[in-house]
Amino acid sequence: MSKPLARLVFALVLLSATSGMAAENVKIGYIATMSGPGASLGTDILDGFKLGMKHCGDKLGGLPVDLIVGDDQLKPDVGVQVASRMIEKDKVDFVTGIVFSNVMMAVAKSITDAGIFLVSANAGPSPLAGAGCLPNLFTVSWQNDQTHEAMGKYLQDKGIKRLYLMAPNYQAGKDGLAGVKRYFKGEIVAEVYTEINKPDYAPELAQLRAAKPDAVFVFYPGGMGINFVKQYAQAGLKEEIPLYTTAFTLDQSVLEAMGDAALGLLNSSFWSPDLDNPVNKKFVADFKTAYNRLPSLFAAQGYDAALLIDSAVRQVGGDLKDKDKLRAAFRKADFKSVRGSFRFNNNHFPIQNFYIRQVVRDENNVLTNKLVGVAFESHPDAYHDQCGMKW
Amino acid sequence: MDSTLLIVQGLNGLQLGVMLFLMAAGLTLVFGIMNMINLAHGSLYMLGAYLAATFQRFTGSFAAALAMAMAVTVIVGMLVEVIALRRLYGRDHLDQVLATFALILFFNELVRILWGPQAYFMALPGGLSGHVAILPGVVYPVYRLVIIGVGMAVALFLYMLIMRTRLGMLIRAGASNREIVGALGVNIKLLYTLLFGIGAGLAGLAGIMAGPILSIEVGMGESILILTFVVIVIGGIGSVRGAFIAAILVGVADTFGRVLLPPVLASMVIYILMAAVLCWRPQGLFPSHG
Repeated sequence: MSKPLARLVFALVLLSATSGMAAENVKIGYIATMSGPGASLGTDILDGFKLGMKHCGDKLGGLPVDLIVGDDQLKPDVGVQVASRMIEKDKVDFVTGIVFSNVMMAVAKSITDAGIFLVSANAGPSPLAGAGCLPNLFTVSWQNDQTHEAMGKYLQDKGIKRLYLMAPNYQAGKDGLAGVKRYFKGEIVAEVYTEINKPDYAPELAQLRAAKPDAVFVFYPGGMGINFVKQYAQAGLKEEIPLYTTAFTLDQSVLEAMGDAALGLLNSSFWSPDLDNPVNKKFVADFKTAYNRLPSLFAAQGYDAALLIDSAVRQVGGDLKDKDKLRAAFRKADFKSVRGSFRFNNNHFPIQNFYIRQVVRDENNVLTNKLVGVAFESHPDAYHDQCGMKW
Repeated sequence: MDSTLLIVQGLNGLQLGVMLFLMAAGLTLVFGIMNMINLAHGSLYMLGAYLAATFQRFTGSFAAALAMAMAVTVIVGMLVEVIALRRLYGRDHLDQVLATFALILFFNELVRILWGPQAYFMALPGGLSGHVAILPGVVYPVYRLVIIGVGMAVALFLYMLIMRTRLGMLIRAGASNREIVGALGVNIKLLYTLLFGIGAGLAGLAGIMAGPILSIEVGMGESILILTFVVIVIGGIGSVRGAFIAAILVGVADTFGRVLLPPVLASMVIYILMAAVLCWRPQGLFPSHG
């Protein structure tokens, strides 16, 4: 063997050896809505994620982290651009974040097809939980319907007869109301879908008042929720017709902006700041210290997303090349979640408890949520049977 | 739809209409007289809301917050005109769109730095938080009635300003022929700055009035800006009277479209209205140019 050829062979051997070794650092692409009305959600998830990283020693799975943040502006087309830049230019190992379901539907396939694991820290649209489930997608938050199903069951158990439904006209809105209707069996007076991000609800509220239902259920996340809840109270409807919703409308990041309009309202959630387990207590306390505000459920999801990625990378010893091993590690979900018990279903969506919470003022006179009941224990989503994945 | 609901929805349409008018009046003057497309008009709306919420927190008074926030928005508007926009009058519309779009990004980022990414809020002024029965069985929030009142008062004020004062005469003259006004020795630079200040103040006022109803957040100006452009296109560019009528038309059409039509069609109603008006009168309802 000539000398140059020997060198070449030696180099190739070295190269193949390194491919089985730990990566030097882990590149995380964070895509979320960081501007406009949905911005508070994206920011909260990111803050939770960063706190999770901090609790893992400023590393994930023992590797230093290169965190790249991209703003999808709540536009699916922008999300696709950001995702393809992260896939092709930044060559990220994982993508996480993704606040809105319409953005998720646009980016999920291209990210996972590129062999990249996508950890959804929020959006859980039904098509991706059922027949369209993806082997490289793990949703650490919930399937969209689940939280709404919890409130549907609560309203059914409470004996509400005539229910009025409202949501923005997009995938998560439709999933949400479908979730309520799956467990609420009384009369649906009306099912109203409003244009997404429309700031004023006066016309819809006038129609609602005229319909005289027993109760109203709405799904309005972020800034839409602030507008709706404030206007509902300003129209004098809060005393007239009880309003029920989910944690997405009454999460910590919007309560201050709503003020007394939110006080006393009931909502369903997989998480609450007063959930009694050591991980959650540490998370809430450290989040308050780090950011000088109470965490929202979105921050809790971001935190768990960091812990999930940490657990998976740790199990494979930092070897990010073997996708099958990495997938098996993700499936174990071997981390201590802020919600206590947590495991993945066959479709990579969580099986978890759901609670009923009420908006109260805490000892510092700050508006927050308090647990008042359990709606479901170890609740799977409604679509997992349609997903072909078995493991 | 029974008569009670009809009245309430009519008021809702009127209220949306006057809000749009506050925005459109300034935009149409700037567009019509200076021939300047100003996309950053929505940023002044956002700024008005943020400033009012902040001043309200410090002073505890809505009236004081309103006055202070409006004054600051006028000053900011004039500064923007003197520093940035003045250089763009001679350029074509594409340059203006690019530059003022950059201003949107600038203002959004500035607000995010100053006030943070979380939504800001503003309490309803004490006596205006309730609702009243305007007719037996017809209840309506007091604050929204106040918005309608303020919008009508501004419309009247602008009418008097434009039809009865010397400044108004120059504005009208500028709208029909800018070059001649300049040639006759009017200080057109000062007129433009003043005009821009008025427009900024009105956009700020719209933002201030919207503050207690809406969540105050980065990007709130963009959603209303699109509607505002629809209004000035329907009304005829440069015409305040056209802006008023078009704003009420758009407000009422949007409100009734939303409650009577399926969501897909409802979100298109005002654009269909715009297309129909443009087919019938390509110059808009009340064009100010000959």
